[in-house]
Amino acid sequence: MNLLFDFTVDKAAKTVFITREFDADLSLVWDAFTKAEILDQWVAPKPWMSKTKFMDFKVGGRRFYAMVSPDGQERWAIQKYTSISPKTNFKMFNAFADKDENPELPGSDWDYSFSEQSGKTTVRITIYNESLARMEKMIEMGFTEGFKMSMNNLENLLTTLSQK
Amino acid sequence: MKQNHRTNSPSKKICEADRLHVYLRNRSASYLPFMRRDIFQAIADPTRRAILVLVAMQAMTPNAIAEHFDITRQSISRHLRILSECDLLAQKQEGREIFYELKIDKMKEIDTWLDQFRKIMEESFKQLDEVLYTIKNKKK
Repeated sequence: MNLLFDFTVDKAAKTVFITREFDADLSLVWDAFTKAEILDQWVAPKPWMSKTKFMDFKVGGRRFYAMVSPDGQERWAIQKYTSISPKTNFKMFNAFADKDENPELPGSDWDYSFSEQSGKTTVRITIYNESLARMEKMIEMGFTEGFKMSMNNLENLLTTLSQK
Repeated sequence: MKQNHRTNSPSKKICEADRLHVYLRNRSASYLPFMRRDIFQAIADPTRRAILVLVAMQAMTPNAIAEHFDITRQSISRHLRILSECDLLAQKQEGREIFYELKIDKMKEIDTWLDQFRKIMEESFKQLDEVLYTIKNKKK
């Protein structure tokens, strides 16, 4: 099936716009973005796993979760819901955190809009990043970390071998 | 969204989310003097974007760059300094003159990062497609 996927960046405004279509009705897609048990099944790019420690989906509520690497390393992040219009839109502030829920800087603002047309649901996401450093970390965490880790492992292995 | 937190006035009732935001912004401010400049800050300014376009064509002296703009030499120097601090411009000495040239690798870095982020999102959404498919079939 051909599902729309659009990704555009306004570098000057430090904003990323994403549009994605899903072959499911609105209430199911809404649940997939707002319920921890479904979120954990898909948000982490493989081989990472998402682990939600708690999620309180209401205005002012928070989701505290970790991306867990295959060797068990945890990268914590905290999300704070700033606005919710059920099955239409929600907004949150997202920041990396330590394991004790202390947010790290800088964070980003996420805005999700949902609409349904003939059985398909379109999700529009706007991400505003305060700094590039944050964007860099966001990407590093999900994508290059796995690669870097395997390189580190190789390095350690070579060091160990050369000492013998 | 961008405007929302730029226009936070003290008179507004500050909700908890805002408070977190203010806390984070203050923390950020205290780190600023020690941080390398943000590359997005460099390209957020229209004059600096125009400078980048100019020097992308050929290395130029500050005077030659200034001729293209209706602003003081002092402002041009400030823009050049910011761009250099972001590692977007390199200086090279030729005789008595200093030329500024674009460090193209740094510009490519931004695109590489963004492209990787696009891939992450694309990958997660494909996983979501499968999850949605599974849930729908269970319901039937």
